[in-house]
Amino acid sequence: MLTVKNLHAGIEEKDILKGINLEIKAGEVHAIMGPNGSGKSTLSSVIAGKEEYEVTHGDINLNGTSILEMDPEERAHEGIFLSFQYPVEIPGVSVTNFIKTAINETRKAKGLEDMPASDMLKMIREKSELLEIDRKFLSRSLNVGFSGGEKKRNEIFQMAMLEPKLAILDETDSGLDIDALRIVANGVNKLRSEDNAVLLITHYQRLLDYIVPDVVHVLMDGKIVKTGGKELAHELEEKGYDWLKAEVNV
Amino acid sequence: MSLKDKLLSSHIVFQDSLDSDSPIYDLRGEAIKTFEAEGFPTKKDEAWKYTSLNSILKENYNIFPSKDAPLDFNDIKQYFLNDLDTYKIVFVDGTFNAHLSSTTHDGIDVCTLNSALTKPKYKQIIDVYFNKIAKEESLTSLNTAFAKEGAYIYIPKGKVADKPIQIIHFATGAEGASMLQPRSLIIAEENSEVQIVERHQSLTDKRILTNAVTEVYAGKRAMIDYYKIQNDRLEASLIDNTEIEQHRESVVSLHTFSLGGNITRNNLNYYQKGEHINSILKGVTIIEGKQHVDHNTLVHHIEPNCESHQDYKGIFADSATGVFNGKVVVEKEAQKTNAYQSNNNILIDDKATINSKPQLEIFADDVRCSHGCTIGQLDESALFYLQSRGIAQKEARALLMYAFANTVLSSVKIPQLKQRITKLIANKIGVNIGFDI
Ligand SMILES: Nc1ncnc2c1ncn2[C@@H]1O[C@H](COP(=O)(O)OP(=O)(O)O)[C@@H](O)[C@H]1O
Ligand SMILES: [Mg+2]
Repeated sequence: MLTVKNLHAGIEEKDILKGINLEIKAGEVHAIMGPNGSGKSTLSSVIAGKEEYEVTHGDINLNGTSILEMDPEERAHEGIFLSFQYPVEIPGVSVTNFIKTAINETRKAKGLEDMPASDMLKMIREKSELLEIDRKFLSRSLNVGFSGGEKKRNEIFQMAMLEPKLAILDETDSGLDIDALRIVANGVNKLRSEDNAVLLITHYQRLLDYIVPDVVHVLMDGKIVKTGGKELAHELEEKGYDWLKAEVNV
Repeated sequence: MSLKDKLLSSHIVFQDSLDSDSPIYDLRGEAIKTFEAEGFPTKKDEAWKYTSLNSILKENYNIFPSKDAPLDFNDIKQYFLNDLDTYKIVFVDGTFNAHLSSTTHDGIDVCTLNSALTKPKYKQIIDVYFNKIAKEESLTSLNTAFAKEGAYIYIPKGKVADKPIQIIHFATGAEGASMLQPRSLIIAEENSEVQIVERHQSLTDKRILTNAVTEVYAGKRAMIDYYKIQNDRLEASLIDNTEIEQHRESVVSLHTFSLGGNITRNNLNYYQKGEHINSILKGVTIIEGKQHVDHNTLVHHIEPNCESHQDYKGIFADSATGVFNGKVVVEKEAQKTNAYQSNNNILIDDKATINSKPQLEIFADDVRCSHGCTIGQLDESALFYLQSRGIAQKEARALLMYAFANTVLSSVKIPQLKQRITKLIANKIGVNIGFDI
């Protein structure tokens, strides 16, 4: 589904990603772990199309087509979803209004009519129940005054509404207590199918107990330095990153 | 001949045409002298530093526009709130149009100032209220000098106006460029309530200059909810002077939506004459091209335990210019005053400018006053967030602008009006997405 080939990207003079290779097939869950500042959020943003970063080399393909020239919204229409590490606060736009607009704009891009209001309401009800989100919460301004956990749960609610092909979750687990973590993991697992894929970015093994990855990558200093199965996550949890640093010489 | 000279010489003709027994005959005479002495304001006046009237004063305006300009209702229907039952006071080129209006004298008076000025039964009220609040300065005096017609609203003690009142001033340009000077008087006595929606609308590409004065009197515990829609043609300029006197426990809320026009200057002055008064001033300005909107506000806190809340949002594109000059005066006696003022602006283009200048003059020591002013661009990270959820850039920008204005929009209490303004804003920013909040 997603192929990242020798991707180099950065900001002005600074290289952040230094040759990333990644191949995620439909139905798979991949995890990317790595120390702070290694480039995990940059990778997610570059895949989602943030213009701030310049891709200097390499390519990103979604189902065989390069997406590098696409605007962020076009990538979203193709099924890419990014759950932000730091969701942005937008005063004056309610959660409900935002998600309705996002869904209908995506449908419009595909030449479809707006989703009938009753279907929309039904879907909002279902998905908010799945993520145990209070109805009152949905009429509040997007992310404004939300706790860290509420923001993350709201991201996954939006993901559940948009039903993406490729979901990238950038540290969605940080700031969540164990109950919230379970709710979020459950939401993600409900979405999983043979046709879509998930890229989990996390610091902790904890989330991976609930959403079990097929492949685990370690990102350090802009490069994937090790790839393995889910046991790699356990190893990192136990030993930290220092042994790897020594091993790969960064 | 300069506009000033033309006005001065026309005034003699004007007074001669009117009844010299009028309760305001002498007032007009005094007022023209004040205008003669002061003249039009220039950029040398501190309060006019960022707004120059020069370009609009050069025109040879018709000062007494025609009386019977033909108007087809279908052409002007769009300017009314049609899905709402309202009283209507409609003027065409400064002349009352009974056909388009819907007035009343049933418990409340919703009619014209001209009838209030000419009928003896109103004399007592005119003597008590007329020209008692308006400041004696050049433009208000000029208006007083030519005061003859405008809206007259009188809500007696304990009455609630059963429906909102629309005041619309049309300009047709039937006899060329025109200067209009409507004068309105709004009195809400003790415990009364009224909602007002006002609009100045030009229908011509001839230049129009309106110098309006509205005096608003809110008695004890009266509630006035006032909305001004400024979405005029590019040839039309407006100087809108609104003078509000409030008494004990009254609440007067005024929203100004400035979405179009050549030069728009709002002078909005509140005088608090009693305790526990609440004054609310809100505005949304969205302009582009070379348009200019200037909000000049004053809240005069004279007595203790009162509040004022100001929230003005501005979005400026192209080389549009904005001014916000918000003055709050808290007198020594006005302890426990709560005065808030915020002015937030987004500049869409490099050439757009905003001059924002809060002025706090606080003489009391136990008060809570805050003011904040921001000038910025649209938030790039918010834009990316919206786009990454599938909302195209143009719509995402619009949504952010709408969201920015929404803190003001959300306090509009008439749903049909809120919908109308939402539509005007959506049109303005060139999108058509469901902004229903
Ligand atoms: N917009 C930016 N401007 C400047 N430096 C950036 C920017 N984004 C990321 N970086 C730098 O790139 C490196 C990787 O950051 P990031 O991708 O956020 O790491 P991670 O998510 O793995 O913690 C860090 O050194 C960070 O400071
Ligand atoms: Mg990160």
